[in-house]
Amino acid sequence: MSKEVTPEFKKSVITLLYQLADDDYLFSYRGSEWLGLAPHIEEDVAFSSITQDTMGHAKLYYTLLEELGEGNSDSLAQLRPKEERGNSLLVERPNGEGYYKEAPNYDWGYAVARNYIYSTAKKAKIEALKVSSYGPIQEIATKISAELYYHQMHWTTWFTQLFTATEESRSRMSSALEEVIKDAGDLFSFGELAPSLSTTFELIESEEAIKERWFTIIKPTFETVKITVPELPTPTINGRNGQHTDDLTSAIETMSEVYRSDLAASW
Amino acid sequence: MATTDLHEAHIYEVLDTVKDPEIDTVSIIDLGMIERVQVNDGHVRIEVLPTFSGCPALTIIQQNIEKAVAQLKNVLEVDVAFINSPIWTSDRVTAKGRDGLKQFGIAPPPQFLKKDGSWHVDCPYCGSTYVTIENIFGPTACRSILYCKSCKNPFEAMKLISTSM
Repeated sequence: MSKEVTPEFKKSVITLLYQLADDDYLFSYRGSEWLGLAPHIEEDVAFSSITQDTMGHAKLYYTLLEELGEGNSDSLAQLRPKEERGNSLLVERPNGEGYYKEAPNYDWGYAVARNYIYSTAKKAKIEALKVSSYGPIQEIATKISAELYYHQMHWTTWFTQLFTATEESRSRMSSALEEVIKDAGDLFSFGELAPSLSTTFELIESEEAIKERWFTIIKPTFETVKITVPELPTPTINGRNGQHTDDLTSAIETMSEVYRSDLAASW
Repeated sequence: MATTDLHEAHIYEVLDTVKDPEIDTVSIIDLGMIERVQVNDGHVRIEVLPTFSGCPALTIIQQNIEKAVAQLKNVLEVDVAFINSPIWTSDRVTAKGRDGLKQFGIAPPPQFLKKDGSWHVDCPYCGSTYVTIENIFGPTACRSILYCKSCKNPFEAMKLISTSM
């Protein structure tokens, strides 16, 4: 099942788990901010359900971290400062102008583009994790994969329909996708420990191999909507190395407000 | 029953009384959630497969199992563990479970995906195949929303979950 547990191996497992957990946690947080604001009620139900599933995926990863002695899983999700987070830049970006409780001026095109790119990238990673050298990750990957199947299908449908509906929707999707791609530089990065995560310990395939998987997943959709597959930029800041924007600070503050109000409570 | 007599079979009998918190016509056994039961001198360990990762009912189910099993004679300790391997798949729902779901107005999970990734279920009320999927996602993570064009009833269906997805 798993390789001999040396401190280096354990460190690599933990690094990877934080990236996966923090990605899904932040993605869920941004999804939860759409509650009640989606274009129609069926979408509100769907988006909430996807968000709930994804929070469950984050929980699975944080629980593995807890089992590896990193501390209580709830605290790991709620209390770690931004410098310790391993999520990609794409998921920490706000949904748009304004604040959820006041005047959210969110862009549905951006939500669809971001969620499509995120879900397909997640699919590529999950496929690679199904053959991870670390047994517990391998098991979780199979479970997540089945739920992700519906998420990916959902966002692919929206992505395709908005790109092919009207001239206006197509042009808005094009600009949304451009915005999303600008932030996707670190999506397939594993940060400084990349060689040990893939080559040394075979926890996950190389960054290049996963990008290839991703390309295969998205190619038919991009062909259908007749746009070229975008080139991912070199990351200017890399979330995998704990580099983040202030958007992440405020997201953590909002998300953990209730939890921090009583740290001794049993949730 | 002798004082030391506590068998796995007794545990299974009790587990069959633990219902899905939202669907009282199916038990957690009907749903195929129980993977293993071990009894050792009054210490009971029950391994449970969570259905959907984000299902908020899991904690309630865990508490309900503990409560039910603890009431059995000679039980000293109950340990309920959620395990991730094997994963729960919708084909684990038993024939009794499929009937129970229908009774509740929920179509049992479809058996297989079509080539294009879609699936089909029949109306749990009138049996018609003339149904449309209104939303793959439903009020809970495990259900979808459909509409029967024959008897004009909206209904829910349990989603298909398999290891090949």
